[in-house]
Amino acid sequence: MNSLVEYLWLIPTLPLLAAGLSALMKRPSRAASASLAIGSMVLAFFLSCAAFVKTLADPAARFTHNFDWFVLGETTFRLGWVLDPLTAAMLVMITFVGALIFIFSVGYMAHDDNFTRFFCFLSLFAAAMLGLVIANNLLLLFMCWELVGLASYLLIGFWYHKPSAAAAAKKAFITTRIGDVFFFLGILWLSAETGTLLFYDGGNGCLEQSALAKLVVQSTWIGMGVSTAIALLIFCGAIGKSGQVPLHVWLPDAMEGPTPVSALIHAATMVAAGVFLVARVYPLMEAVPAPNSQFSILNSQSALVSPLPQEREKAATPAEVSKPVDPAPAKTEGGADAETNRTVKAATNVLPLPGGEGRGEGERNAHGSTALQAVTWIGAITALFAALIAVAQTDIKRILAYSTVSQLGFMFIGLGTGGVAVGIFHLLTHAFFKALLFLGSGSVIHGCHEEQDIRRMGGLRKLMPVTFATYAIGMLALAGFPLLFSGFWSKDEILHAAWLWQPSKWPFLMGLTGAFLTAFYMTRQMWYVFFGTHRSAGVPARSDHQTPAASEEHHDHASSHVSAGGDAHTPHESPPVMTVPLGILAACAIFLSIFGTPVWPWFHSYLSGHAVHFTPSIELGTALVMFVSAVIALGGIWLGWTFYSRRGPKTAEEADPLETIQPSAFGWLRGKFYIDELYENSVIAWNAACARASRWLDDVVWDGVVRTVSLIALAISWVNRLIDEFIVNLGFDKGCGGFRSGARLLSLWQNGQVQRYLRVIGLALVLLGVIFIWGCK
Amino acid sequence: MTPLHYYLLLSALLFSIGLAGALTRRNAILVLIGIELMLNAANLNFIAFWRFSPNPEALHGVMFVIFAIAVAAAEAAVGLALTIAIYRHYRTTNLDQVDSMKG
Repeated sequence: MNSLVEYLWLIPTLPLLAAGLSALMKRPSRAASASLAIGSMVLAFFLSCAAFVKTLADPAARFTHNFDWFVLGETTFRLGWVLDPLTAAMLVMITFVGALIFIFSVGYMAHDDNFTRFFCFLSLFAAAMLGLVIANNLLLLFMCWELVGLASYLLIGFWYHKPSAAAAAKKAFITTRIGDVFFFLGILWLSAETGTLLFYDGGNGCLEQSALAKLVVQSTWIGMGVSTAIALLIFCGAIGKSGQVPLHVWLPDAMEGPTPVSALIHAATMVAAGVFLVARVYPLMEAVPAPNSQFSILNSQSALVSPLPQEREKAATPAEVSKPVDPAPAKTEGGADAETNRTVKAATNVLPLPGGEGRGEGERNAHGSTALQAVTWIGAITALFAALIAVAQTDIKRILAYSTVSQLGFMFIGLGTGGVAVGIFHLLTHAFFKALLFLGSGSVIHGCHEEQDIRRMGGLRKLMPVTFATYAIGMLALAGFPLLFSGFWSKDEILHAAWLWQPSKWPFLMGLTGAFLTAFYMTRQMWYVFFGTHRSAGVPARSDHQTPAASEEHHDHASSHVSAGGDAHTPHESPPVMTVPLGILAACAIFLSIFGTPVWPWFHSYLSGHAVHFTPSIELGTALVMFVSAVIALGGIWLGWTFYSRRGPKTAEEADPLETIQPSAFGWLRGKFYIDELYENSVIAWNAACARASRWLDDVVWDGVVRTVSLIALAISWVNRLIDEFIVNLGFDKGCGGFRSGARLLSLWQNGQVQRYLRVIGLALVLLGVIFIWGCK
Repeated sequence: MTPLHYYLLLSALLFSIGLAGALTRRNAILVLIGIELMLNAANLNFIAFWRFSPNPEALHGVMFVIFAIAVAAAEAAVGLALTIAIYRHYRTTNLDQVDSMKG
């Protein structure tokens, strides 16, 4: 059975191959590139299903496959794959939703010139995302994380000739990069502290007891535990990627990309990567340093929805909270080999999930770790904040984008208060119905000839029946319509977990308000798009779109994307290649709910690895929260419906009824609380000021220094030349002249007159004789 | 026997005539003759000093002079040859015009 995990790498490699081959294809080979991408996705889906079935057989097991990447001195860098229920569930979701979105794209992008490039990017994205999910190494995860960011950048800026799309792509890339810097710092710190970045490595991974035990007892200089600090740094990456406050600004702008991209990346998968990351490093997130330096590792899988209060209090006693699993017996022979002999290239381990025996007893710290509290608060703030903004938006995709931000906030509340299963269940259900909604909006946009402003839609339910039906299902799932739709169950679990959260009830209340607003704004959107009268018929031409009321919205249209035939003003239903994926996703949005009801919490059991119990009776608290959330959802839908069906605008230019009631508050919401403007005037202005100051510094100070130095050098060399020319050379020349004239004088002695020589000799002889004679006297 | 200083005076006279000839004549051959005169004056001195030396039995002086005459003969040959060569080159034996070896 271990052979499967060794071939887990095939799942991301298939789309990667498809991407590489599409990149080599010529532009006209549309069918080939599309079928390659879809085929690789479908194959990956089947492989993922195989992996899923394998984990179904034994949900408690975690399969890892580690191998040496490279050796640097004494250090060996090791990568690996991990297969556990979390991975398997994500794999199936990504490949399934991805394949459907690929199929949808064939229809949506049918008229785009760069069809092959689009599928190349989509496949690249899928490969990176799948790699991220199977990674058993934080560094490998980070690499895929960045690749996902790159693919996102490429796809948001796919219509790069639109300035708004190019700007949105840059914004998305840079904003997420801010979080990634902190994420990377966390990775480095974790690597420095534990010496490994493998998650699970037969007891030596950074998420296992020995490493965490080392981390929680240390503390940083501000008194925070090292584990908490690292967890918070890693969470910063998740904030950036998952569009949480304060780094949420890129996600709504990312809607400039083609709609399938919005569906795949910015609703279903990529933004969920942050949630997945937190779920993956959950053992680190929930590691709590005990006051007396004893560590206690909380059990991620045991944090279930329905622990009775007395059980939880019992669990808070130290004896039960810290149940470290002895790693030694957990190792199989392969794992032991890998530890004793580093030259073994690969080792496949089968490990039981940590804390296996304590599972399901509700052992959970009543207060949660600092990191999880941060996760909860960020999630709660985002959930409410984004839901508020979504109420006032008029762009069909922007509403969904803010809704995504809000739902991601819900997921973080779920992770922070309820554990992995709660957050991830909402992630999965949300992926299906949000992909459905985005594809539905894509169908609407396609049918309305690239119209994105909901004020210019209306009455589409008769013109686009299939889209309407599927969109309604998605909307009801997102709004949390009771009992029938998956969104209700997953959101209800989050609210229930938040209700039971000890530190504060505020996240529960904020989540509740967010849920109410979600129901309201989705109803508003439904009414605007599908009900009432069609409002764009009165608008004569597209050039008229830039009305003052709508001027703040983006109305750039892809010039290359020419609408397919037909009357330019009559919306039409989309072709089957687009509606069939919608239908499949709609079915999933409904039927996924059966896996996570409180009566039969199969999904939680699967993720946490213990047997599922069918409990026909529901506890009072659960039922109460369920009732409240149902009332809230129904209330939101009812309010939105009555409000808009009675007072909804009849023409595109008419103001929103909410705007007429509360113009200033509505303006704030429509302006997205002016966060963009705030950043523009604070961070970006500050950054620009810094850049200007740097430029001034460079121009005036450093350049001045350089210029002064060069002037000094010039002056010195000028003086040098003077000295050389007029002092050194002058003396030398004079000396030379003297020598020459002296030599000329001396040369007169030798005039070739032999007799004169002789005369001199004679005289000298006489002189010598005289001296001699005179000396002898 | 004639006293020594007569010889020495004759020798000095000969030398002076030779020197005067060598210094004043412009013709290379006459200069050579002057040089030969000075050489012979020196030889005369040798002989005279030898004759009046403490032991004239030893033949130092005669041997010396014979060697000097032999050398002078060779020198005269070389000198004449040089003179002929100079004449061939410059077409003159006037020493004032043969001054190419100057600075």
